[in-house]
Amino acid sequence: MREPPIGDHAVLGDGRSAALVTRRGCIDWLCWPRFDSPAVFARLLDPEGGHFTVAPAGGWPCSRRYLPRTNVLETRFESAAGALVLVDVMPLADAECGGLLAEREILRIARCERGEVELEVVFDARPGFGGGRARWRDDRALGLHLADGHELFVLRSEQRLPLAPSGGVRTRLRLRGGETARFSFSHSTEAPAVLPPLGDAAEERLARTSRAWERWSARTTYRGPFEEVVRRSALALKLLAHAPSGAIVAAATTSLPERVGGSLNWDYRYCWLRDASLTSRALFGLGHAYEAEAFLGWLLHSTRLTRPALRVLYDVYGRRPPAERALPLAGYRDSRPVRVGNAARDQFQLDVYGEVLDSAAQLVRSLGRLDRDTARMLVGFGEYVCRHWREPDDGLWEPRRTREHHTHSKLLCWTALDRLLTLASHGHLPGARPDMLARERGAVREVIEREGWNETLRCYTGTLGGHDVDAALLQLPWYGYLPAGAPRMRATYRRIEETLGAGRGLLYRNRRDPARREGAFGICGFWAAEYLALGGGTAAEAEARIAALLATANDVGLFAEEVDPETGEALGNFPQAFTHIGLVNACLTLQNRLTGAEQLTHQRRLPRAEERARAEEMGT
Amino acid sequence: MSLGEWALWGFVATVVLTTILAASQGLGLTRMSIPLLLGTVFTGQRDRAKLIGVAAHLVNGWVFALLYLALFRAWGGGGLLRGAAIGAAHALFVLTVALPVYPGLHPRMASEHHGPDVRHQLEPPGFLGLHYGYQTPLVVFAAHVVYGAILGAFYRLG
Repeated sequence: MREPPIGDHAVLGDGRSAALVTRRGCIDWLCWPRFDSPAVFARLLDPEGGHFTVAPAGGWPCSRRYLPRTNVLETRFESAAGALVLVDVMPLADAECGGLLAEREILRIARCERGEVELEVVFDARPGFGGGRARWRDDRALGLHLADGHELFVLRSEQRLPLAPSGGVRTRLRLRGGETARFSFSHSTEAPAVLPPLGDAAEERLARTSRAWERWSARTTYRGPFEEVVRRSALALKLLAHAPSGAIVAAATTSLPERVGGSLNWDYRYCWLRDASLTSRALFGLGHAYEAEAFLGWLLHSTRLTRPALRVLYDVYGRRPPAERALPLAGYRDSRPVRVGNAARDQFQLDVYGEVLDSAAQLVRSLGRLDRDTARMLVGFGEYVCRHWREPDDGLWEPRRTREHHTHSKLLCWTALDRLLTLASHGHLPGARPDMLARERGAVREVIEREGWNETLRCYTGTLGGHDVDAALLQLPWYGYLPAGAPRMRATYRRIEETLGAGRGLLYRNRRDPARREGAFGICGFWAAEYLALGGGTAAEAEARIAALLATANDVGLFAEEVDPETGEALGNFPQAFTHIGLVNACLTLQNRLTGAEQLTHQRRLPRAEERARAEEMGT
Repeated sequence: MSLGEWALWGFVATVVLTTILAASQGLGLTRMSIPLLLGTVFTGQRDRAKLIGVAAHLVNGWVFALLYLALFRAWGGGGLLRGAAIGAAHALFVLTVALPVYPGLHPRMASEHHGPDVRHQLEPPGFLGLHYGYQTPLVVFAAHVVYGAILGAFYRLG
C-alpha cells in the first residue's frame, strides 16, 4: 500500500513524544515513551509497520483542524449518511491534574453528530519498529494488553473490542446520532500501569488538556501579520520540546525522504544545538521565555562532559545519540534505508557556537542576568572559538564529505565573538578577555571579506575561495554582520535568487550536488523574506513572500523540511522545527519593520548586570 | 539480637530488597514498584506516592524483620540458609496470596472484574504479579531470599 503524502499528516504530542495522524484518521507514526524511542506505529515507513485507524468505513470526505489555540486535533467526516467528528489528543500532565495519570496516552473520541456511521477500528501495534516480541492478552474489563518485555501497551474502549486471532483489533462499530465511542491507548514502562478511565473522565482529560494548551498559547505575545499562522507554529514548536529536560528535537520522525525513492533519509528525533537554539530564540521572541530558559538549563547540563567543545547533536537527556544504523523497513514509498541514530553526531560544526551564544544574548535581553555557571560556560565557548575558527568544519548542511572552510561557519564564529563582546561590555561575563575576543572577531571578518566574497560571481560564497552559492548566507544581516542594504549583501541576495530560486517564494539551499535532486529547503525561503523585512526590500515584498511560502504549508499549518517545487508536496522529516522557526522569525522581523521597532536589539543593547543586581536587591 | 541490631539489620535488609526491586525496574525486568503500590494507598500524586511508599516500605521491612526474628528464635537460631528459606516462603506468600488480593484492599487499584474508573486506575498485579512483567515472580523471589538471608546471617552474628 502506498503511504499517504507526508503533508497529509497532523501532529499530536505531550511534551515527551509525538504521533502523526493522517486525514483519514490513521495514526501511522508513534514513538513511545520518547521522541527517539522505537516506533510502535510506523506504517509511515512500512506497510507492515503498524497503525491505529478510527474512521468511517468506506472513506467519507473529511476536513480537519486543530481546536483554536490548542494541539487537539478534530477531524470531521461527512456524507449523506451522517456526520462523525473524531477528536485526537495526547493528554497532558499539568497542575490541574490531581490524580494518577498514565505515563503516555492517546485518547480518541469519535462522536456521531447525525445520521448513522459504521466506524472502522483497526489497531495494529508493532512495538520496536515491528521487531519486538509482543504478546497480546485480552484482560476484558482492563482492556487489551500488549506486553513487550517490560513495556505494556493497553487499548481500552467502552465498546467491546474483540482481539483478532493474530493480535490487534479489526472491527466495525455502528454509531447513531448522539452516540460516542472513546478509545484510550496507553503505555507504561516504569511501574504498574495507570489505566485511564473512559466516559466522563476521558472528556475531562480532553477538556483539561485543551485548557492547558489554551493557557500556553495565551502567553504568545505576538500581534502582527499572519498572527494565527505564527501561533500555530509556536504550538508546533512546543510539541517538539521535551518537557522534562528542556531539550528541543529537530523533528518528530526519522527517514522521511528529501527525495522520494532516494537515500537522503535521516533520523531527526534528536536535539541539534543549532535548531534548538533557533527554536528557543523563536519561542522567546513570541514571549515564551520559560522554554528558552529551560533550553539553556538543558544546554548547561548536557555539555558538562565535553565543554567547551560542543557536539552537534544530543538526545533529549543530553547524551550522545546512538550510532547510525539501518532498519529492515521498506521505507516511505521505497525510500531506503530507514535509519535510526545519526552519523552527524561525529561531525565538527563551528556554527553551533554562534547559535548558542546568540540565543544566550537573547535570554539576557529578557532576563537581564546570567548566573555564574552559565557565564563561565559562555566564556569557555568563546575561548574555544578563538582557538578553532581557522579550522575547516562539516558545515550547517552536514554533507558527508571532507571538511571545508564554510563561510556560514565563519560567520557564526564572528557572531559568537560579537555576542560575547556585547555581553562582556554590559558586565555579564566577568571572566572574558575582550581584547582577545575583539582581535579574533576582526580576523574572522577579514577572512570572510577577503576569501568569502567572489568578485566574479558578485556574492558571498558557500565556501571560502569557492564558487558556490549558499542560501544560508541570507542570514548575514540577521546576525549583525552587515546591514541588509549593504551593496555586497544586495548583490548576494540577487545571486541567491537567481541561482537558487525555485518558484513559489522557495529556495534551494545550494546546488553543489545537483545529482541529489532534493526539494527546496523550507527555511531558506523564510530567510529570504526576513532579509527583505530587515531592509533588503520593502515590507510589502517581505509580506508577499511570506504569504507565498505559507501556501506550501499543509491544511493544518504544518511544514516539513523541504517542498517539491513542482508539486508543492512536503518532503523530508515532519513537522520540522527549522521551517517553523524560519516562519516565526520572518514574521517577528516583519512586525518590527511595520511598527518601526528596532530590530535585533540583543546584538547591541542589553541590560547592565549591575543594574539588574541592584534591582534585585531592592526587590523589584 | 538486641533492639538496636534489629533496627539496623532490618533497615539494611529492607534497603537491599528495595534496591534489588528498583534496579530490576530500571533494567526493564519488571514494572513492580512496591513504593508506588504502597504510596498510592495514601495519595494519588505519583511523585509524592513514591516518597511516602519508600517510607512505608521501610516500616514494613522493620515489622517483617521482627517476624523473622521471632521465627529464628522459635526454631533455635538464624543462619543464612534458614533466613533465605523463610524469605522464599515470604515471597511465595506475597506472590500467590498478597498480590492477588491487593485490588480488594487498595483504594486506587482497578479490579479485573470492573475495570478502571475515576478512583481505581492502577493496574492490578495478577497472579504471581505477572501483569507487571513475566520476570516479576523471579525478581520478587530473589529480593525476598536476599532479605531473609541478610537477617538470618546477622541474627547468628548478633
